[in-house]
Amino acid sequence: MKAFAALYQRLDATTRSSVKRAAIVDYLHSADPRDAAHAVAVLSGQRPRRPISATLLREAAAQASDLPLWLLEESYHHVGDLAETLALLLPPPARAEDVALHHWMEQRLPQLARAEAAAQQALLQQWWAAMPQEQRLVFHKLLTGSFRVGVARQTVTQALATALGREPGQIAARMMGRIRPSADLLERLAAAEQPADTLAPYPFALAHALEGAAAELGPATRWQAEYKWDGIRAQLLHRAQAALWSRGEEPLDASFPELLQAAQALPPGCVLDGEIVAWDNEADAVAPFAALQRRLNRRKPGAALRRDVPVRFLAYDLLEQEGEDLRARPLRDRRRALETLLASPPAGIGLSPLLQGDWPRRARWRAQARAARAEGLMLKDRDAPYPSGRPRGPWWKWKLDPYTVDAVLLYAQAGHGRRSGLHSDFTLGVWQDGELVPVAKAYSGLSDAELLRADRWIRAHTRERFGPVRAVAPEQVFELAFEGLRPSSRHKAGLALRFPRILRWREDKPAQQADQLATLQRLLEGQ
Amino acid sequence: MPLLEPRTAGLYCAAGDFWIDPLRPVPRALITHAHADHARAGHGCVHAAAPGWPVLEHRLGALDGRPLDYGEPLRLGGARVSLHPAGHILGSAQVRIEAGGEVWLVSGDYKRQPDGTCAPFEVVPADVFVSEVTFGYPVYRWPEPATVYAQIRDWWQDCAAAGETAVLLCYALGKAQRVLHGLRDSAESILLHGAMTALTALYREAGVALAPTCPLSEYEGELAGRLVLAPPSAAGSPWMRRFRKRRLALASGWMMLRGPRRRRAVDRGFVLSDHADWPSLLRTIDEVNPQQVLLTHGDSAPLLRYLREAGREAADLRGAR
Repeated sequence: MKAFAALYQRLDATTRSSVKRAAIVDYLHSADPRDAAHAVAVLSGQRPRRPISATLLREAAAQASDLPLWLLEESYHHVGDLAETLALLLPPPARAEDVALHHWMEQRLPQLARAEAAAQQALLQQWWAAMPQEQRLVFHKLLTGSFRVGVARQTVTQALATALGREPGQIAARMMGRIRPSADLLERLAAAEQPADTLAPYPFALAHALEGAAAELGPATRWQAEYKWDGIRAQLLHRAQAALWSRGEEPLDASFPELLQAAQALPPGCVLDGEIVAWDNEADAVAPFAALQRRLNRRKPGAALRRDVPVRFLAYDLLEQEGEDLRARPLRDRRRALETLLASPPAGIGLSPLLQGDWPRRARWRAQARAARAEGLMLKDRDAPYPSGRPRGPWWKWKLDPYTVDAVLLYAQAGHGRRSGLHSDFTLGVWQDGELVPVAKAYSGLSDAELLRADRWIRAHTRERFGPVRAVAPEQVFELAFEGLRPSSRHKAGLALRFPRILRWREDKPAQQADQLATLQRLLEGQ
Repeated sequence: MPLLEPRTAGLYCAAGDFWIDPLRPVPRALITHAHADHARAGHGCVHAAAPGWPVLEHRLGALDGRPLDYGEPLRLGGARVSLHPAGHILGSAQVRIEAGGEVWLVSGDYKRQPDGTCAPFEVVPADVFVSEVTFGYPVYRWPEPATVYAQIRDWWQDCAAAGETAVLLCYALGKAQRVLHGLRDSAESILLHGAMTALTALYREAGVALAPTCPLSEYEGELAGRLVLAPPSAAGSPWMRRFRKRRLALASGWMMLRGPRRRRAVDRGFVLSDHADWPSLLRTIDEVNPQQVLLTHGDSAPLLRYLREAGREAADLRGAR
């Protein structure tokens, strides 16, 4: 694992993707193919299953470091990264042996996962005692399943393309879906012919947010406008079998069996790009995202839930028809083929409608998007092929402005990663009957300089500490942006904000002038 | 009544009517070392350790009062005072105060690692020990300085091989000279930011062996391949623009953690601190072996609890935290 740990360090030490790419290429050139396969899978964001619970891991580390568990916890809150904390706390190893990455992934971690709790701790002690110090961090990252090193999937794809002498597009297509990290992975990626029976999706086209005015894009007739649905982006396939893939390339087959069934009614050799939404049968319209949330993360939904929350796949692009890859064709052709294909669609599949008209008309569609359960519009160049990755130009998100609320900082906790050691995780509240009720947690939105200043203010105005959480004087107002509201019995306020983030620090505003809960309640009712 | 009490202006000793490291002008001040969060101008009478006196006067202007040799006793009112090496920077001192049959020791900033630029920390037994706790978590365990200097040399070579300037950010007083001492065998002269030249000259005059240096302002040669020392405030300033191709590193104890390293947006972090790490804090408290430990300057809660669980009487100097 020495080479992989060195790669991790190189990746971790830089923010430049060109340097990261070069580091991965170097690694791929020299690594044992069995190790390289696992490295590719892990760097692409394929999480290894957690072989040990975080609690047992911490206890074992506290014991090995001869520290009380509470001090390990305090250190973790200070550092903001468990894998790193443990790497720093453990005593130097008695001896050092280098165990190959594939051996870790295929033998040792599964062995750890199978062992009883006591045996797990014993195994860890034994491994730590022989592990070179510089390999600990990466080992703990594998153990905690949070393997993030700021490498975009695209960077891995490009590095593979360079190392294997292939087109990035080919690599990207073959990297879709779950990567099987066997010794022949690199050969499979480089192979000239794609096995016909694959169920892999195509790389998803992504869009940038439109910054200027839509009219600056040129004549409206060149641009296809659709709703930007508030659902789950997915590709629905029917080849040898049906399959459903999320944008994160997770298989969704088990969560939405009715959509797979619907796909089987389509002619084989077809791939749709679209959005999974919850459907309101009575209104024959998209249901609020909150309904869809009940279906999320629910593998194998029961019959009752499927009846309560029916779903529909709204298709807006056709990537493959009769086994032929259509992506190079202009959108206008793909759209025509899609409309023909879905002229009388199977139940569960719908066609995402086009929003016709000139720019002023489209601006009105956009303004009314929330009523249609959309976040705004998508604008797509009718002459463009299906984009690969997130290029600027062919697709634009024309989103609605978010809702905003002025809330008061109540609690703060130290952040993680880049923000470790800084109190950057905020809990904020609004007024109800002269009291502040928490309504949101927000993590992002402040500049580094503001974060430092906020951190100093928080430390100086702490009223009480609950472990890592500080209750602060309720004086600072922050403007939050959010995408919507949903009722919540778990929150004291009775509602929860969707995607809350900090827009601005309102240092000009006294806490008394922050918003009232009643305002949010009215908004929820009106949604 | 305790011998020392924390007040807004600083730490006050009523028995001797003097202040330690006061941040506001006072009639009589004892200054542990010349860093700006300890040494301020405007006091009536100043005492500080003799090896650091020139640096202190360089920063604060001519001082009334007088330098003390390490260990030299001084009578102030009802208190007997002496200064002892703290190993933090040149002339840094701990303050020993004896009055009413009790001995207090104020560590100031200190470290236990060997550092050829200043006298090593001296263990002074005391009844009450006021210790700094800048790095009060067990994740802070410093690597050997020799290892760090080797890392700096390797990094410099890498930069040179890539035709880039190696810009190393470090505090202008203490850290910069420590790096120069660590690299004293360098054949090539190291370029200095203007904030460091005079301080470095003072170290040289004190007899500290340093690498050859050249003020950047007087250097007219090729910048690629050179090592430049600059204070952390230079990062992101227009001063930086003169280096067309450069890599940036920072030498500090905070570089132990990846979060701060990434936050500072430096290419490289070197773990080099002039403060005590966790094992040094514990070792020093054991060796001073006081009846009571008072912690200051930093996040004291974890160390407090750890000491109390080990049976020591410990509190935060600034009151409950």
